[in-house]
Amino acid sequence: MNVTMRILLRSLMVSAWFVLLTFPVLCVKVAARQHTVTVLWERAVGMFAVMIGCSLLWMWYFHRKEHGAESGSSAVSSALAGFSEKWHGLTSNRVFSSSGMGVLLAVGVLLPLVGSMYQTTIFANAFLYVMLALGLNIAVGIAGQLVLGYAAFYAIGAYAYGLLNQYFGLGFWVCLPLGGLLAALAGLLLGFPVLRLQGDYLAIVTLGFGEIVRLLLNNLRDITGGSQGVASIPRPAFFMELSAEQSMNYMYYLTFAAMLVTIVVVARLKNSRVGLALQALRDDEIASEAMGIDLRTVKLQAFALGSCWAGFAGVLLAARINFISPASFTFMDSAMVLSMVVLGGMGSISGVVVAALVLTLAPEYLRAFSEYRMLLFGALMVLMMIFRPQGLIPSRKRAYSPAGAASGSAEGGRA
Amino acid sequence: MEFDFQYFLGIFFSGLTRGSIYALIALGYTMVYGIIGLINFAHGEIYMLGAFTALIVAGILGGIGLPWWGILVIAALVAMVWCSAYGYTVEKVAYKPLRGASRLAPLISAIGMSTFLQNYVQLAQTSNSVPFPRLIPRRFSFLQDMGNFMAPGDFIMLVTSLLIMVALALFIRYTKMGKAMRATAQNRKMAMLLGIDADRIISLTFIIGSALAALGGTLIAARTGQVGFAIGFLAGMKAFTAAVLGGIGSIPGAMLGGLVLGLAEGFTAGYFSSDYEDVLAFALLVLILIFRPAGLLGRAAIQKV
Repeated sequence: MNVTMRILLRSLMVSAWFVLLTFPVLCVKVAARQHTVTVLWERAVGMFAVMIGCSLLWMWYFHRKEHGAESGSSAVSSALAGFSEKWHGLTSNRVFSSSGMGVLLAVGVLLPLVGSMYQTTIFANAFLYVMLALGLNIAVGIAGQLVLGYAAFYAIGAYAYGLLNQYFGLGFWVCLPLGGLLAALAGLLLGFPVLRLQGDYLAIVTLGFGEIVRLLLNNLRDITGGSQGVASIPRPAFFMELSAEQSMNYMYYLTFAAMLVTIVVVARLKNSRVGLALQALRDDEIASEAMGIDLRTVKLQAFALGSCWAGFAGVLLAARINFISPASFTFMDSAMVLSMVVLGGMGSISGVVVAALVLTLAPEYLRAFSEYRMLLFGALMVLMMIFRPQGLIPSRKRAYSPAGAASGSAEGGRA
Repeated sequence: MEFDFQYFLGIFFSGLTRGSIYALIALGYTMVYGIIGLINFAHGEIYMLGAFTALIVAGILGGIGLPWWGILVIAALVAMVWCSAYGYTVEKVAYKPLRGASRLAPLISAIGMSTFLQNYVQLAQTSNSVPFPRLIPRRFSFLQDMGNFMAPGDFIMLVTSLLIMVALALFIRYTKMGKAMRATAQNRKMAMLLGIDADRIISLTFIIGSALAALGGTLIAARTGQVGFAIGFLAGMKAFTAAVLGGIGSIPGAMLGGLVLGLAEGFTAGYFSSDYEDVLAFALLVLILIFRPAGLLGRAAIQKV
C-alpha cells in the first residue's frame, strides 16, 4: 500500500472518530421537560466532510515535515515567509512606508465623511482593539510576560472615567491621562508581587488578578453600580455642544488619533533602550541579567507600559459608548486581544495592527461569520501555535551589521 | 449570637461536598502538570462537556422508565467515556505537536482550545442555561434517620468522589500503569529509556483526568439542576486553585487542596457573604502562587542554570 492510500485511509478513520466524538453534543438535542430527542444527521455528515479535508491537510503537512522538503517548510509556509520578507523589504523602504502611512491616514480621516454611522462605529471599535493589542504586545510580544488578565486594565480605564465623572464631575480630558495613569499603577501593583514568577505561573496570577478586578466591579454595588454598570457617561464637547452624530464622529477621530499615537510610540519604544532591554528579558532572563539589565525595573516597566494603553483605550471606550458594565471585561475579551497578538506575530507591530484590524472588522463585514467569531479565534490560536508560532508577519530581530551597510537593517527592522 | 451547631454542620458538609468536586477536577490538572508541565486550560471545558453529555444521555433515557439511579449511573459513565475521548483528542491535536516548543506555546494553544470548546458547545447546543432533569430524590430515609445532616445530592457527590479518589490513589500506587505514570512524572527521559511509552502514558493521563472531570460535571449538574456552556471556566479556575493550593503535580495535594478550598468557600459564603466566595478563590490563587508556589504538599522547584 502506498503512502497516499495510507494517508487517505487514516484520514477516513480520523474523520469517523471525530464524528463519533462530536455526535452527542453536536448532533443530539434534547428537551428534558417534553422528553423529545432530535437528531441532526446533517451536522454529522458536515462534520465528516470537514474533518476529511482538515485531517488530509494536517497529515500532508506533518508528512512533508518529516520526509521530503528538506527544510521542512511546506508551500504555504514558504509563501508566507516570502510574503513577510517582502513586507519587511517594503516597510524598511522609507518612501513606501511613508506613502503607505499617508494612504492609511487619508482613508482614516475621510471615512466618517463617506461612510455611514455604522461604519464609523465599527472602525472606531477596531482602532480601540489596535490600541489594546499593541499595549498587550508590549508585555507579551516584546517583553515575553504572558498577561492573561489584560481586560482588567481596560476596565480600570473605563471605570476611571465613568466613576470620576459620576462622582466628581471630572471631564474627559482630565480623565484620559488619569485613566492611563491608574491602569499603569494597577500594572505596577500587579507587577511588584509577581516579579519572581515566570511563564505559566505569571499567566495564571494575571488571570486571577483580572477576574478579581471584574468580580470587585460586580460586587461593590454601592460604588460601581454592580452588574448594572455605569450609565450616561458624557462624550467630550468640542468647543460647543455637539449633536449625536457629530460627537460620534468626534470620538472616532479621537480614537483614530490615539491609535496613531500608540503605533508611533510603541514602534519608537521597541527600538529604544528600554525596548531592547524588554526584548532581552523575553529572550533569556538569566543572560540579560548577566548583561547588567535590572530585571526588577525592566519587568515593572513592561507591566506599566503595557497596561497604560489599555487604560487610555478604556477611557475612550467609556466616552464613546456612554455605558460600561463588568460584562464587557471578561476573560474572553482578554483572550480575544491575546489572539490578535498571537496571530499578528508576537512583538511585531505591523503584524499586530493588521491582525487587530482584520479580526475586528472581518466579523462585522462577513455577517455569516460573526457568529463563529470566538470559535475561530480559539481555533486560530491553536493552529498558529502549531503551524506558525511566529505569527503572520513575524517580528524581526534587530540585526547588527558592523559594515554599517544596508541602512535598513542597521536601523533595526521597523516591524 | 450564640453558636448554631446545626448551621455550622450544614455549612461544613456543603463545603466538603463542593470541595470533593473541586478535588475531582483538580486531579486532572495536577496529573497533567506533573507529567508534561502544562496547565491544561481546556480542562474546565471538559468538565462542562461532561455535564452536557450527561444531560443529553439523561434526556434520551428519560422516557424509558429506568429508575433514577440507573439513569444517573449510565449518564455518568457515558459522559466519562466521551470526555476521555475529548481529552485524548485535545491532547493529540493541540498539545502533542507542540512538545519541545517554547513554554508559552502550549499554554496559548490551551487557551485557544478552551475558547474553541466553549464556543463549540454554545453553537452546537444553546447559549442559555438548560435545566438538568431532577434525578436525585429529595429525601433518603436513612439520611433522615441520621438527623438529615446532608442533602441526598450532596451525599451522593461526596461518597462517589471519595470512592473514586481512593480508587485512583490505589491505581497509581499499585498497578503497573500507575507506576509508569509516576516514573514518567519524575523523569520522562529516564522512563523512556526503561521502556515506558511516554506518549501512551501522557494519553492515559489525559484520559483519566478527563473522565474524573466528566464525573464531576455530571454530579454537579444533577445536584444543581442547571447546565450552561460557560460553567467550565469558573469551575476550572477553582479546581486549578485547588491543585495549586495542594501543590501542583501532587495527587494527594490536589485532593487536600480541593477540600480546603471547598471548606474555605463554604464558610466564607455561610458566615460572611456569598458575593465574595469567588473573589476568595481567586485571591487565594494569586496569594499562593506569589508566596508559596509549591503549595501545601508540593516541593519547591529548584532552577539550575
